[in-house]
Amino acid sequence: MATIYDNRRGISRRELLKRGTVGAALIVSGRAVISPENAWGLEATALSPETVATLILIARDIYPHDQLADRFYAIAIKGQDTRAAKDASHKALIEDGVADLDKRAGSGGYRGLSWERDRVAILREIETTPFFQAVRGDLVVSLYDQKELWPIFGYEGESYSEGGYIDRGFNDIEWL
Amino acid sequence: MAAPYDLKDDGVVVIIGSGAGGGTLGNELAQRGIDVLILEAGSRIEFEDFINDEWESFAQLAWLDHRTTGGGWRVSKDFPNLPAWIVKAVGGTTTHWAGASLRFQEHEFKTLTHYGRIEGANLNDWPLTLAELEPYYTKAEDKMGVTRTNDIEGLPGNNNFMVFKAGADKLGYKECHTGRMAINSADRDDRMSCQQTGFCFQGCKWGAKWSTLYTEIPKGEATGKLEVRPNAHVVKIEHDKTGKVTGVVYADKEGKLHEQKARIVCLAGNSIESPRLLLNSHSAKFPDGLANSSGQVGKNYMRHTTGSVYAVFEKPVHMYRGTTMAGIIRDEARHDPSRGFAGGYEMETLSLGLPFLAAFLDPGAWGRSFTSALDNYANMAGMWIVGEDMPQEQNAVKLHRELKDQYGMPIPDVWFTDHPNDEAMRNHAYKQGMALYSAIGAIRTFPTPPYPSTHNLGTNRMSDKASDGVVNKWGQTHDVKNLFISDGSQFTTGGAENPTLTIVALAIRQADHIAKEMAAGTI
Ligand SMILES: Cc1cc2nc3c(=O)[nH]c(=O)nc-3n(C[C@H](O)[C@H](O)[C@H](O)COP(=O)(O)OP(=O)(O)OC[C@H]3O[C@@H](n4cnc5c(N)ncnc54)[C@H](O)[C@@H]3O)c2cc1C
Ligand code: SF4
Repeated sequence: MATIYDNRRGISRRELLKRGTVGAALIVSGRAVISPENAWGLEATALSPETVATLILIARDIYPHDQLADRFYAIAIKGQDTRAAKDASHKALIEDGVADLDKRAGSGGYRGLSWERDRVAILREIETTPFFQAVRGDLVVSLYDQKELWPIFGYEGESYSEGGYIDRGFNDIEWL
Repeated sequence: MAAPYDLKDDGVVVIIGSGAGGGTLGNELAQRGIDVLILEAGSRIEFEDFINDEWESFAQLAWLDHRTTGGGWRVSKDFPNLPAWIVKAVGGTTTHWAGASLRFQEHEFKTLTHYGRIEGANLNDWPLTLAELEPYYTKAEDKMGVTRTNDIEGLPGNNNFMVFKAGADKLGYKECHTGRMAINSADRDDRMSCQQTGFCFQGCKWGAKWSTLYTEIPKGEATGKLEVRPNAHVVKIEHDKTGKVTGVVYADKEGKLHEQKARIVCLAGNSIESPRLLLNSHSAKFPDGLANSSGQVGKNYMRHTTGSVYAVFEKPVHMYRGTTMAGIIRDEARHDPSRGFAGGYEMETLSLGLPFLAAFLDPGAWGRSFTSALDNYANMAGMWIVGEDMPQEQNAVKLHRELKDQYGMPIPDVWFTDHPNDEAMRNHAYKQGMALYSAIGAIRTFPTPPYPSTHNLGTNRMSDKASDGVVNKWGQTHDVKNLFISDGSQFTTGGAENPTLTIVALAIRQADHIAKEMAAGTI
């Protein structure tokens, strides 16, 4: 199983927002992709760790939110590795898809392209492929269904246990 | 006899489905002293167990059996196995629904007369008038506790409504309020009032919103004359050689088949499963499917002309707080061909949580144009458009030629393409919706495509003539006297209004008719 090691220091939301994540490099070490700055690692089981690191960047390029740390994208693509472990054809789909992107990107590979603009241009070329569809289709659920990131977007989630919003601002708009 | 009923009991009225149509009919018949058995494919999940989480709730309640879809609509590309968003559970889609409860307008029962022939549209007049249905609308509104009827106060407006109302005022719309909602604005009918939790689409955990699950069904059960059998998925309706139906075959939780006898069968599986079951019940006597001498079973599939408009503002709105459908504008609901289309539409506030908004705002979209919209989630307001769509013969629920479900029955293949009238209406509504939000300072607006169908109608339509409709004005099939259709598939045309109040009114009226005919011994 792919495992996400949680950041043990517990970064506050403010800190998360403050901390630019774009420059924070991911390191591949052994079977794992590690974010040394934010103290988490993702262990790849079926896919190569390089592929996993590239997937994390692809995920960000598909649904870019600068206020989200890489770990949210890592959690979001974790399912691809899990599925690849069970399904050889899925593993091939992902490995081949990433290899294709690396080839299109030139000598430095996909992760070697520094500008999002250049990476997105390549993704646009392949957006109708089964590889892209599989990654995006899963991601739109696996990314936005993470409860931990809802507050960053201002979505409060479950409200029954708080007694609903009847006394908590269902009609508190003031700017109209 | 008293519930529960024996498999061999051929005196019982069997209803297939426990949603708006089936659940209501079941209670109404039981109140009249008639033995009723509701067979429901889904399980029984009480409202305390609903989940305030969009995807988890979807997994808990939605109908996820295999379906396919085709035709020109975008849903067939974006959600190839999810033509409709409906429920498989006791209570049916009244667990998920928002609660908007509107009567049809008079002319909407007579569209062929009022709109005239429209090319490509299979318009027909209902064999019913508003005046005939009015007493039943009144009963339905009382039963469901619809706000702004029966001296029930309207719900308070939430933030999403206040934005909507400010825009409506700017555009000069006159009929804008917090709606006629089957949601308690004060304690009523042993149910509490709305706590503005904002998860109406996930099942109301307070029971404030009407659902057959915790109103009609327990009331019917209390008479001792109603049994609800969950996890009973009907796969076939059976008949004798005279052509009368004699019972149904259903699969239980383990997939084991049982035969349940019946005096009368009432079909209320919603507009995809109901025609599918008739088509799958073909026999030597009825080679094209049961009750299908007209060839109209499964045809004229309607889903309302829908779409949404979301808008981003400079400051917070928090649209998800409070009732999901918190208000309505009715000014565009009239029939006014000068706008470039026949029929009309309603505008109703709507909100989705972040997970669903990501999936439905612009399915398939990615990149910054898309994600920057979600970045402003807290500052978003939203509305839904619901208007009359044209019945078209080629829009149909068909049996899939190859694919079978877990019981070996052909799965439904749902075909839909917009009529030019639908497109003209949607474009008009998008323009109005965007203008409304822009008038009060929206920074960006998003004309959002239709979701998988929540309103499914017309596939066993009502007509006076056995040659062009499946059922008569009582929902009784023209071909088989003791077979009734009791859900939205009876609709001859869809009207601009959300359909459930009309489904419920028709079910109450049908109960009167069935009771009368049973007493007279004619069925
Ligand atoms: C998100 C959402 C919001 C909505 N909001 C509104 C609204 O505000 N206002 C409004 O008027 N309408 C609304 N609707 C639509 C409304 O829910 C439906 O119109 C209504 O529930 C349809 O009633 P029905 O009886 O036809 O079918 P359903 O309520 O869907 O019930 C059908 C039942 O039959 C069962 N069934 C199907 N096939 C079989 C079988 N073979 N054997 C046994 N059981 C079977 C199903 O499991 C289901 O429980 C909404 C729908 C959704 C999804
Ligand atoms: S907003 Fe009101 S009706 Fe909707 S789920 Fe919450 S309490 Fe129920």
